[in-house]
Amino acid sequence: MTTLQPATLEILANRTMEAIVVGASAGGVDAMLHIFKGLPQHYPLPIIALLHMQETRESKLAELFQHHLNLQVKEATDKESIAPGTLYFAPASYHLSIEHNLQFSLSCEAPLHFSRPSIDILMESAADAYGEALVGILLTGANPDGAAGMRAIKQAGGLAIVQDPDEAEVDYMPRAAIQLQTPDMILRLGRINQLLITLGEQHVH
Amino acid sequence: MSTLDIELRLLMEAIYLRYNYDFRDYTGASQKRRVVQAVRALNCESVSELQSRVLHDTDLFTQLLQFLTIPVSEMFRDPSYYACLRTEVLPVLKTYPSLKIWVAGCSTGEEVYSLAILLREEGLLERTIIYATDINPVSLDKARKGVFPLSRMQLYTKNYQEAGGKQAFSDYYTAAYSAALFDRSLCENITFADHSLSTDSVFSETHLISCRNVLIYFNRKLQDRALGLFHESLCHRGFLGLGSKESIDFSDYNRRFEAVDKRERIFRKL
Repeated sequence: MTTLQPATLEILANRTMEAIVVGASAGGVDAMLHIFKGLPQHYPLPIIALLHMQETRESKLAELFQHHLNLQVKEATDKESIAPGTLYFAPASYHLSIEHNLQFSLSCEAPLHFSRPSIDILMESAADAYGEALVGILLTGANPDGAAGMRAIKQAGGLAIVQDPDEAEVDYMPRAAIQLQTPDMILRLGRINQLLITLGEQHVH
Repeated sequence: MSTLDIELRLLMEAIYLRYNYDFRDYTGASQKRRVVQAVRALNCESVSELQSRVLHDTDLFTQLLQFLTIPVSEMFRDPSYYACLRTEVLPVLKTYPSLKIWVAGCSTGEEVYSLAILLREEGLLERTIIYATDINPVSLDKARKGVFPLSRMQLYTKNYQEAGGKQAFSDYYTAAYSAALFDRSLCENITFADHSLSTDSVFSETHLISCRNVLIYFNRKLQDRALGLFHESLCHRGFLGLGSKESIDFSDYNRRFEAVDKRERIFRKL
């Protein structure tokens, strides 16, 4: 069992987080399954995940993850209010944003970094909506998408966590983010998983 | 509220008062991104400066309008939607002596021409009037011309075939240089008109309304207004088609429509 270091625990101790956004590209399915493993059904925060996939209309990600997890998993719907204990996946071919009233919205703006949905767009809007109560996590990938999003989260006072590039299946995405803005933490997947569990345990409503 | 959010709200208020375009109930995140892009592209220091200039300069407003609306469209986008119209909706519409169809938020016209082709192949175009409406006059002009980039035809041909197209797609356009000019006879019965779902009212009774990827830019309140217009415009048991990720679940109107095909987002008025 991986344990968190005292420094990490100290950072978490004085904060109340309200939502988690996670972005990944190549290698992201395995990485996400790893970090969400063991999160309880009534996990007190919502998790909004974006995984770059081949552009197809129907994404099977929600089904795939539901099979492995206790959390409720679903595809985010336009104008849906975000609920705790739920892992949302961005639908294919649309950008996903979070509004100030904590509802999702979809849009068809041009792809960013050849990606639609784009991690930057999701993270920037999430940083705007949740401010310092947001945890942003960026994992493996072969694309610079997410770097600007992580910077926006950090600038809004949120907690920015990047997967250790030495461990990442493809290190381009985490390295691009670290280069643009030093994150609060650079962690391996096991530690990110432990951190998410800890965040859930210490969450007060 | 951040300074930028205050500026955005004031800008939308100014546009409404000065030009009667109501973007006040559009969703914020996407609108913010596009206004920030406009500020940069139109060489302004801030949204406030843009507001001040737009208030006094009509041409600049037209330029800003190109950022506030999203003209990304494609012919036969989501082919299965058109296939479903062909197999589930048009056979019912065939029973009417004349038809009225409303394409709401037609942008640069790709969807309108797709529908016109579909109607021609089903023998319905001659007795159909299509109202194609949008708030952006620049988009409407493009739609009227029916000229699309030749480079897009490969994708559109593939879409057309997947939608159950009955001919060679190239029968419908003439290629010239880098452009594809669509058969003018397709738009003999199309009326392109300025109409806003946020400020205008119903103008005609219709049998089918297609409004794809427009409602996603509206908040719930404005979505309700638009759905109200559609409900009012549609004849008894008329059809409504939305974009592939659009939903009426969060509106009170969900009880006043039934799904014809849930996946394709095709509904019928109850």
